[in-house]
Amino acid sequence: MGWALALHGGAGDIPRSLPTERREPRLATLRRCLDLGAAALRAGRPALDVVELVVRELEDCPHFNAGRGSVLTADGTVEMEAAVMEGATLRCGAVSGVSTVVNPVSLARLVMEKTPHIYLAFHGAETFAREQGVETKDPSHFITKDNIERLRQAKEANRVQIDYTQPMKGQSPQETKAPVDDNSQTGTVGCVAIDAAGNLATATSTGGLVNKMPGRIGDTPLVGAGTYANAICAVSATGKGEEIIRRTVARDVAALMEHCGLPLRDAAARVVAGTPRGTTGLVAVSGAGEVCMAHNTTGMFRACATEGGYAEVGIWTDEADGNGASVSIGL
Amino acid sequence: MGWALAVQGGAGGISPSMPPELREPRLATLRRCLDLGGAALRAGRPALDVVELVVRELENCPHFNAGRGSVLTTDGTVEMEACIMEGRTLRCGAVAGVSTVVNPVSLARVVMEKTPHVFLAFNGAEAFARGLDTKDARYFITDASIERLRQEKEASKVQLDYTQPTKGQSPQETPPPTDGNSRIGTVGCVAVDSAGSLAAATSTGGYPNKMIGRIGDTPIVGAGTYANTLCAVSVTGRGEQVIRHTVAHDVAALMEHLGLPLRDAAARVVASAPRGSAGLVAVSAEGEVCMVYNTPGMFRACITENGHTEVGIWADTGL
Repeated sequence: MGWALALHGGAGDIPRSLPTERREPRLATLRRCLDLGAAALRAGRPALDVVELVVRELEDCPHFNAGRGSVLTADGTVEMEAAVMEGATLRCGAVSGVSTVVNPVSLARLVMEKTPHIYLAFHGAETFAREQGVETKDPSHFITKDNIERLRQAKEANRVQIDYTQPMKGQSPQETKAPVDDNSQTGTVGCVAIDAAGNLATATSTGGLVNKMPGRIGDTPLVGAGTYANAICAVSATGKGEEIIRRTVARDVAALMEHCGLPLRDAAARVVAGTPRGTTGLVAVSGAGEVCMAHNTTGMFRACATEGGYAEVGIWTDEADGNGASVSIGL
Repeated sequence: MGWALAVQGGAGGISPSMPPELREPRLATLRRCLDLGGAALRAGRPALDVVELVVRELENCPHFNAGRGSVLTTDGTVEMEACIMEGRTLRCGAVAGVSTVVNPVSLARVVMEKTPHVFLAFNGAEAFARGLDTKDARYFITDASIERLRQEKEASKVQLDYTQPTKGQSPQETPPPTDGNSRIGTVGCVAVDSAGSLAAATSTGGYPNKMIGRIGDTPIVGAGTYANTLCAVSVTGRGEQVIRHTVAHDVAALMEHLGLPLRDAAARVVASAPRGSAGLVAVSAEGEVCMVYNTPGMFRACITENGHTEVGIWADTGL
């Protein structure tokens, strides 16, 4: 069996024509995260530590919709959310509405470990962050030019959208076309892992939807929706938050395994296929060491590695991959 | 089959020695909810409308921990949360951190029906509520909830609001005995209408002495509130346990994947949550009703089309 790790940087209508300069920095970060996570697991670090450190890397990378680089609310502000969960104990922590905390996933872990609660949000979460002395920065630190542009486009089209919509260079505003798929999803980040001792953990972090209403909470911090781990599997989801919430995606993967005895791959495929096309992706690992990365979107930035030596970094999934030895399933 | 409705006013360590003057107003409200809800279902109103109107009644009653009468945060403020879900469509709406909205459950419904989102919280939820029935924050704070907070701070621990102080123990061990209006709980309602459609709604002020910004199970779909085409569930109890055990969702999952009847699914889920942490009311599309709890008691009531009604706090068959 041994350890295993999978991570994602968001599912969405990522066009195959995505230019190199938009693709490579993200892939490079995914590779770096894979190396960091695998090294930590090899060194015997617990799964909970590993998912946190990987998600911190992804939050720090401005090319993903989490931490710095988070998409903007309708007010042009950043409201970040994150969750962690430990499978063996069902301990969990979550935050929402944080705007100055450099690593929301670490704040979520502190809620879990230092309070009698699971979930803190908005000014309460910010106050707690200061009490804990976590690293904070002025809100402007988190706002990038790309996201200002995405918000501008969304407002022009009067749309709430996911962040992989490509800014259209060189076109006049009147000619700017709507994104190919208006259901494109958030570039939420997440990581799941099983460590050498067989313990499972998951962590997810995001800025949410472009042009979301201030105060909007998505699936990421809701245990059972975007994030879930128990003794059977660990899941981190990405996509259209509202769909993931109403279909309790992460919890359903575990439920199918538990009650129907499905292997991880089949459980994940069934759950993802049961959500509207173009809305959902997830990464998952099981207590048996299975790894799965499934999406019903055009693509999902993702990577995985196992102790047995399997490794994969990718964005799209070809039909052939879905049935073969790859752990990726494109639906 | 036919329509059915169940309502809860909180689970916890409700002592049989609770004086009548605390017990009766709550039971009277539960009976009124049965009358209102039953009449609405009889008249053919959809389940979604019925659960909302019943929970509004409970929010307006100051004796329950929802709307007016909500327990207080550690700062002495009110931060209310609510959720509503329609089983047939999986549409849902939730709010948290509201402090001026008279009926949080109705705000949750508006989120569901008038925004592209499911969940709004704190300033964003308050801003969205402009135009709905709002009152100054002080309206929601009662003498009883102030007294309850004082006791909590003295006992200096976060606990379920139905915990019974035990006479004769030192204050450091348990909250001092009280006969004040301090034992109140989350409220919720589930219903199946004459068309077989299911809905659930839950509302609460949360934990007495909770940290500012703390969100509990109530507005988390699948934790404190859930409805699909099989059943509708509303949960009360220790929020953190309800969250990690995804209580409401798990009832539906056991029915769906194992084919268990509602009663067995609900019993199994509540039994697997830590003792003293959870209670729920649930109805199925077939018109089954279930009210189960692993605490000493739960304020509850139910009514079905065939005339069965029940109003109670304790039971011989409580888990």
